[in-house]
Amino acid sequence: MKKNWPLWEVFVRSKNGLEHRHCGSLHAADEDMALENARDVYTRRSEGVSIWVVESAHIKASNPENNGELFEPAQDKVYRHPTFYDLPDEVKHM
Amino acid sequence: MSEAQIKSLEKQFDDRIARDEKIEPKDWMPEKYRKTHIRQMSQHAHSEIVGMLPEGNWITRAPSLRRKVALLAKVQDEAGHGLYLYSATETLGISREEMYEQLHTGKAKYSSIFNYPTVTWADMGAIGWLVDGAAIINQVPLCNTSYGPYARAMIRVCKEESFHQRQGFEIMLKLANGTPEQKEMAQDALNRWWWPSLMMLGPTDDVSTHTEQSMKWKLKRKSNDDLRQQFIDQTVPQAELLGLTIPDKDLKWNESRQSYDFGEIDWDEFWQVVKGHGPMNKVRMKARVDAWEKGAWVRDAAMAHAEKKRNKKQKQAV
Amino acid sequence: MKNKNLYNYILGIADNSLILGQRLGELTGHGPSLETDIACTNISLDLFGQVRSYYQYAAKIAGDDRTEDDIAMLRKEREYFNVLLVEQPNTNFAYTIVRQFLFDVYHYLFLTELQKSHDVTLVAIAKKSIKEVSYHKRFSTDWLKRLGDGTTESKQKTQQAVNDLWTYTEELFYTTQADNAMISEGIAVDVTKFKANYYQNVNAVLTEATLDIPESKFFQKGGKQGIHTEHLGYLLSDLQYMQRTYPNMEW
Repeated sequence: MKKNWPLWEVFVRSKNGLEHRHCGSLHAADEDMALENARDVYTRRSEGVSIWVVESAHIKASNPENNGELFEPAQDKVYRHPTFYDLPDEVKHM
Repeated sequence: MSEAQIKSLEKQFDDRIARDEKIEPKDWMPEKYRKTHIRQMSQHAHSEIVGMLPEGNWITRAPSLRRKVALLAKVQDEAGHGLYLYSATETLGISREEMYEQLHTGKAKYSSIFNYPTVTWADMGAIGWLVDGAAIINQVPLCNTSYGPYARAMIRVCKEESFHQRQGFEIMLKLANGTPEQKEMAQDALNRWWWPSLMMLGPTDDVSTHTEQSMKWKLKRKSNDDLRQQFIDQTVPQAELLGLTIPDKDLKWNESRQSYDFGEIDWDEFWQVVKGHGPMNKVRMKARVDAWEKGAWVRDAAMAHAEKKRNKKQKQAV
Repeated sequence: MKNKNLYNYILGIADNSLILGQRLGELTGHGPSLETDIACTNISLDLFGQVRSYYQYAAKIAGDDRTEDDIAMLRKEREYFNVLLVEQPNTNFAYTIVRQFLFDVYHYLFLTELQKSHDVTLVAIAKKSIKEVSYHKRFSTDWLKRLGDGTTESKQKTQQAVNDLWTYTEELFYTTQADNAMISEGIAVDVTKFKANYYQNVNAVLTEATLDIPESKFFQKGGKQGIHTEHLGYLLSDLQYMQRTYPNMEW
């Protein structure tokens, strides 16, 4: 049976202190090749100091159909945000 | 799902796009949206990788080391852009291999401009200046298209592409300011690439299909004729700056329209090339098919090796 | 020219990168996958970058008005000093990878030594280049293992490439008169010193790639004296085409 190179997701840290961010995908036969390909494809213009690759098939993603139950319940929990609390103007830096 | 349910979903979907919300891969989408995007995005990806060939043709013959590295980097970018676009299209449930298959069998199209030959070095200038110029006009609005992965790929592409047109114009400038022989080479390239570049922006609005739907989905923001006018209006002054003549005797400024009027495009030629009978269609496709077929044993070897490595690791773990 | 030996020595180094870069440039758009295509072009770009640094330095030493492009593109066949290995054609991807690997191992060891040169410009170029070459070596080594220890077909093709290109390896350690003069001044690398190390490195990877180490003791040389295989002439006719057809113009 013919097998094609699987798809990988690439995450690049642009400089130390920042998080890795998803920047795209590519094909590779194994994780070493995925890392090398990511370096060659996604850091040609000095975009990164660190790379993560993960085979796309290993990502479990939430289903947008469940967005209601997953994300909407957080919307009315306004007390989690600082602006919920009334303080007099004299109190600065809080 | 009942027809009424689908209609209602479609309505919600269209409303989301109208509100400028992005559609992401796992979101529900009308089958037509998926199909149209697969077609347009893969066509775009194919254009990038077939587009590598006419310019790749001059890499070994570039006239200076500086020009050689710039051209190499540019053609490499096109491979990268093809890769970004294929990956974005894969999120719609089609594999890169299936897309290649469609390209190789002629089922999928790519931009017809790449079916013209690159005869002289000046063609590297003309392609960068005109073809990339026209491409940018087409592409910039796509950075804001409705399908998230496509929009993100286009942002990356546009960012990287900004040097391509400058590189082309610089080549033309050097030729135009060079010896009479060089200037003649530049003029000859402009003569050959001007009309195909205008055709590249697509058939006229009255015969163009899909436009209304594409506008709604933000796959297109302006009509072909508007894009063409924009391209001409911005390019004519650049040609003047180069001291070159655009090969159109009907080209003249229209004061009331604040735009250039231009001559009749030879649409017979356009359709002939689209249908596979341009000067280089067969050569381009053979190059792509050869690269893919001759690379099969290499790709298979890598997969076989990866599996051996995995098995070894598992054995060690036991 | 006051410093003819140094000039020729630099050309000897740079020509390897020029010719190999040119060979890799032929592949752009024709590789087995987009990803490998992009990777090979990166290597080509690294090599051309090195070439420009070397030739710019050589032009300065020549002290006349010659430019990097004159040096790259306006010499005759017998005036190119690259080793025969790098001019061998891209017969198939196995030849491309094996050629790259056999050169990268050498190139890495060479640049390691060049960093100790008494010539500060060469040291600076070596320091910058070695990081690039270190990656090239990783790339070609990994691919050699994939092709050698992949499928039956890939093994056979790769073994063939190893057998065919092996004959060009010993030349890497041949020293010319210019080399020897520069070695005695502490400027050039004495390549003979790392010959054993080279074959040790190469053999270890070949073994890991499940490939046979060729037993042949017959080696070809000549490139360093400007006597090349028939392949070089065609490569040069492409490389020099514009400069020869339109002399004395700027591009």
